[in-house]
Amino acid sequence: MSIEIRSAPHIKGARTVEIIMRHVVWSLMPVCAFYIFQYGLSALASLVVVTGSCLATERYFVRQGGQSGDISDFSAVITGILLALSIPPGFPLWMGAVAGGVAIALGKALFGGIGYNVFNPALVGRAFVQAAFPTAIATYTPSFMPGRFYEFIPSSMALPLMQPESITEWLTLKHFDALAGATPLAKWKFDGVLANADELLTSLSGHMAVGPSPLLILICGIYLASRRFMDWRIPLAILGSAGLTAWLLFALNPDRFPNPFFMLFSGGLILGAMYMATDMATSPVTPKGMWVYGALIGLLTVIIRYYSGLPEGVMYAILLGNAATPLIEKITQPTPFGKSVLAAFGRQRKGASYPLHPGYISREDAGAVTPRKRILFDKPKKPRQES
Amino acid sequence: MKLLSYFRGEAFQRGVHPPSCKLTADTRIRRLPFPPKVIVPLSQHIGKVPHAIVKAGQEVVRGEPIARTEDWLSVPHHAPVTGVVEFVGLRPGVRGTWVESIVIRAHPGATQEDLWGQPRDLSTASSGDILQAIWDSGMVGLGGAAFPTHAKLTVPKQAKVHTLVVNGCECEPYLTCDHRVMVEQADDLLIGIRYAMRATSAVRAIVGVEDNKPDAVAAIRAAISRAGTVPEGEIFAEMVPTKYPQGSEKMLLMALFGVEIPAGGLPVSLGMVVNNVGTLAALGKLLPAGRGLTERVVTVTGPGVAKPGDYIVPLGTPLRFVLDYAGAPGVEAKQIILGGPMMGQAAASLDVPITKGMSGVLVLRGDDLTEYEDRKTYPCIKCAECVESCPMGLNPSQLGMLAAKREYDLMGSDYYLGECFECGCCTYVCPSNIPLVQQFRIAKQILREKAVAK
Repeated sequence: MSIEIRSAPHIKGARTVEIIMRHVVWSLMPVCAFYIFQYGLSALASLVVVTGSCLATERYFVRQGGQSGDISDFSAVITGILLALSIPPGFPLWMGAVAGGVAIALGKALFGGIGYNVFNPALVGRAFVQAAFPTAIATYTPSFMPGRFYEFIPSSMALPLMQPESITEWLTLKHFDALAGATPLAKWKFDGVLANADELLTSLSGHMAVGPSPLLILICGIYLASRRFMDWRIPLAILGSAGLTAWLLFALNPDRFPNPFFMLFSGGLILGAMYMATDMATSPVTPKGMWVYGALIGLLTVIIRYYSGLPEGVMYAILLGNAATPLIEKITQPTPFGKSVLAAFGRQRKGASYPLHPGYISREDAGAVTPRKRILFDKPKKPRQES
Repeated sequence: MKLLSYFRGEAFQRGVHPPSCKLTADTRIRRLPFPPKVIVPLSQHIGKVPHAIVKAGQEVVRGEPIARTEDWLSVPHHAPVTGVVEFVGLRPGVRGTWVESIVIRAHPGATQEDLWGQPRDLSTASSGDILQAIWDSGMVGLGGAAFPTHAKLTVPKQAKVHTLVVNGCECEPYLTCDHRVMVEQADDLLIGIRYAMRATSAVRAIVGVEDNKPDAVAAIRAAISRAGTVPEGEIFAEMVPTKYPQGSEKMLLMALFGVEIPAGGLPVSLGMVVNNVGTLAALGKLLPAGRGLTERVVTVTGPGVAKPGDYIVPLGTPLRFVLDYAGAPGVEAKQIILGGPMMGQAAASLDVPITKGMSGVLVLRGDDLTEYEDRKTYPCIKCAECVESCPMGLNPSQLGMLAAKREYDLMGSDYYLGECFECGCCTYVCPSNIPLVQQFRIAKQILREKAVAK
């Protein structure tokens, strides 16, 4: 009989990288389905082309060697879907393909593949097309257009390296005014028109030019966080920080600044907070660091939206947060067991089964060291009764 | 901190919940027959190696001392069987190296009763006498660490102990020997607890048991009420949440008292001494008769065993004999683990003996291992699972990346590598299949060697 020697532990948990990534993809499926329902054929084509481009690029670089991972780990699928959801539905498909290629090539493969990337690949791709095709990325179309399941939005089918045709004519043909193609954020920024928070949340009413439904993303994200495939701290910190900053500014000057709910549910903040900022490789691993990282992104988002020339700020906020991640991690290393304040002062946590010292012998008899005087909480401790 | 853990009010943060796989939780402890030959390694515990006081050809009776020591941090050994000493010299040891051992051939006709003992009256004995009796019994921690029990129960001069904590968590999957001992030998356990309380002059003893063993708690509580009021003080049995590694003494004290033992400190700094239930139950049996430790309860389990169970095994019984008896089909067994699956050591040979600190023998087949073998190893995706599960609050992700770059000094100085007690939670949860704790073991070893070299 031959036996093998291995080093402990000899059992392993069920969770693998593939399982995590697959769950993220599945949780995005309802969002994608509703997005296609909103925008029809163009949205479907955009999702397929961008994801396909991401997968093809990933496969190419893996075959070139030098990096681990493969398309079978589903991480490139996530990048593709998120990228497609973050660009306008009528974005020319060839530009979408470029975005997907750049996302994987510059955002991921350049750094060494899965796990090594510094910036969220989907946002790298989006930042690239934002700089390269500024008009196309700002051209949204109204949702729930009649006949959206039979025809493409004309800009989708632009030929490679060609300027997409203007959609204003197409909109007039469909009896929409020119303003219908602007996002709620752009409308607020440039025209001072404010959309209601409940309309934004479901994006069901009218023909608003919005991205994927924030409510659906919230539900899917909460599912993912409850299964612990995503960290709950980051979205909470981002939304909390963005909401708080927006509320503070709103309270100071309600005429100039929109209400905080508009800030939270407009644009890509929910998608960014739930799915993009929580990208594991580019967010801190330390629990305290996650709070700092989220708070930073939330704050930056509101500042960019209010004070810059751009209507949307989530993308740059997250990219800046990604860049700050190594630094945040460095200053928020976890406190090891036995080195915390709790240990230093011999303080007892709430809900313990037993008092630290038996009630019938005094602390001094027990040989306990009297804790150093503390200025703030220096209350005499009552001996607790045995239950 | 996991969000749900917080709301559940779990005792210590982090940790993992591996499948418990306690196959033998409801089977009674059985006795293994005496093997034809036992091998007693001289070093079975932490501390100095005792020296043999028998020669080849000498006849020994069961329970007779065969190795003695003068060093405080060491224990004597007793003959596990009546028979003839066949050989004193090197034999394969558990750790893979050959170690000094005493081989005794069992006398086929002997009844194998304990014939040797130094009965003493301990009812009025002082703390020092009890400690001496414990030392003479050769007792070490039966939970796995094998630290000499008398040394553990000795209270340093400047310190004072008020609480004896008895560790009955047994958080390792598969192992049930402590569980069965608590259920079946609760009265012995109580006697052992009372001796330990007198040795340490503790006024309170608390048995901490994971809440997946309610029958053990019930048995101990029944024994406590049978014993009535004891002069030593109060004895309680308490349930603590089931979570790995609850059996680590720091985690247990956190669960019971809500305190963190300061890093580098011992429980005695809080006036507490922690001991394992198996150890104290064995003491309760041995001390009144003044006998030595010659056998222990071992869980023989795993998917590769036909008759899993908790067996009373004479110390020094070769692994091969135990497995033959428990029905481990030789062809299928791929890996034999001494201890539990999370921290146990893989046996290199079937000729190694059962030692004092061995709580379980786990047999895994090839099929059980292929699932883990086929997993692909990815780079760290920084999912933070390991940070969320490290009971010591370290950052295994960062440590793992540093270990890959061989920055061992930095790991020790800035990232508290020394606090790691190698529970294996990080490797268990890692979705990228990175051998984190394995790397930390190497790093700690290198740091130890460096410290010695200086």
